[in-house]
Amino acid sequence: MAITVIRAGMLTTVQDLGRRGHRAAGVPLGGAMDAMALRVVNLLVGNAEDAAALEFTLTGPELVFTADTTIAMGGGDFGAVPRWQPVRVRAGERVKFGAARTGCRGYLAVAGGLDVPVVLGGRGTYLRAALGGLEGRALRDGDELRAAAVSRQMVDRWHLDERMLPSYSAAPTVRIVRGAQAGEFDGALTTAGFKVTSKSDRMGVRLAGPAVVRRDAGELVSATVAPGTVQVPPDGQPIVLMADAQTIGGYPQIAHVISVDLPLVAQLKPGDTLRFREVTLEAAHQLILDRARALALLREGLAEKMR
Amino acid sequence: MTLTPLGDSAVVVALDSGLDETGLRRVWALAAALERDRPAGVVDVVPAFANVTVFYDVAQVGGYERLCREIATRAERVETADLRREGRVIEIPVCYGGEGGADLADVAAQAGLSSEEVVALHAGGDYLVQAIGFAPGFAYLGGLPEKIHTPRRPTPRTAVPAGTVGIGGAQTGVYPLMTPGGWNLIGRTPLRLFDGGRHEPALLRAGDRVTFRAINAEEFAAWR
Repeated sequence: MAITVIRAGMLTTVQDLGRRGHRAAGVPLGGAMDAMALRVVNLLVGNAEDAAALEFTLTGPELVFTADTTIAMGGGDFGAVPRWQPVRVRAGERVKFGAARTGCRGYLAVAGGLDVPVVLGGRGTYLRAALGGLEGRALRDGDELRAAAVSRQMVDRWHLDERMLPSYSAAPTVRIVRGAQAGEFDGALTTAGFKVTSKSDRMGVRLAGPAVVRRDAGELVSATVAPGTVQVPPDGQPIVLMADAQTIGGYPQIAHVISVDLPLVAQLKPGDTLRFREVTLEAAHQLILDRARALALLREGLAEKMR
Repeated sequence: MTLTPLGDSAVVVALDSGLDETGLRRVWALAAALERDRPAGVVDVVPAFANVTVFYDVAQVGGYERLCREIATRAERVETADLRREGRVIEIPVCYGGEGGADLADVAAQAGLSSEEVVALHAGGDYLVQAIGFAPGFAYLGGLPEKIHTPRRPTPRTAVPAGTVGIGGAQTGVYPLMTPGGWNLIGRTPLRLFDGGRHEPALLRAGDRVTFRAINAEEFAAWR
């Protein structure tokens, strides 16, 4: 089964759940910015959660499918098809996504998963090193993608209980745990709102707001960072590191966005706002376990809907 | 030893050791011990200067406290052999100056040396890979002779080609990918510091020793 890319949309890339085990070589985790959306849309078409799917940004692609198949769309609302449910498409059918009405990033899974080579344990595109995905780059008009063959299709007359999804919003409250240098700052991260700036990308979401000032101006030894780490450069404007974040960073770490709330940040577009709220590490862990349980229930429920 | 959470999916193991070679060796030995005998649920082990970060999947570790205990147990069992292990010695050929080393004359002027003297000092050094990070395959190298320490350029370049050798402050290194960069560019190597198609994508590992060897433009051109 092939997919012809009529219009590529903006920064449309093949993504999965990233590359594990290569950080010692400086290779970032990468993968979908909104990993929860990618997991869910994959399950909805009968794929493994970590199958390769399309991620697009602010403007979606226009695609033609060369054979009958099942797709599922999630993340931001880009029109064309209803979100969070399996949708049957016919051979030759054209699906044209538009601009994001809500959210920033869309995820489109195709039954079988996108068939691109595994590079360093992942199929996702890491643009900075031209690694993975389709030739290591964003899609272009006229590209062709292939999906692996499937023997069974998902029944399509139902949709997801959306209560299991993150509470997507253009002004979310994002939960954080304390970072190693949290005690060195005057003015907490949690007292004011921040605005997302246009300098944000897959490496980091850059925020603007009242400066968060570190009392101790001393230089730090560069240390490991991860998606979710909130760094504060000397200008006091925090950066939330995202999927393609480098592995080591030199800025002080005031906080870390908890794993289950990182999709909320991934779906913010420039001009959106967010607030931070601190939770304990135990609470953050419990939320990960709760979400894993919800995904496991979804997986079991869907197994009965394959024909 | 202290364990500090790095968000909800990683924990930083700090050894309170210095950044000298002895301290770095303790960090690498701990990373090796954790790699060899990964506690359940550990998905990645990353040494970085003064500490080792252990990434985990909380659904697989059987509790955060238990993971911390298992890490502490392994830290106590770090083997002397790991502390003594010598890294590889990797020679990096460099075509100094010319197109790839546009700032060589600047570095020389700031040091009050000739370009030839800068090259002799740089190529004569013995460098230790302190950490890999920042970019895929980027090695933080210690051991740059003090005479050629040079402040970063006031305005970073928007694109520095892969393989360019630079000096930034007390550090030297090779740009593994085409990226923006603020270091002083002194030459270029034909080696690929990072190649996603290789089994081991990064040419260098923490703990390796690096020497630079001057090659001329013809040798550089013939390398490919």
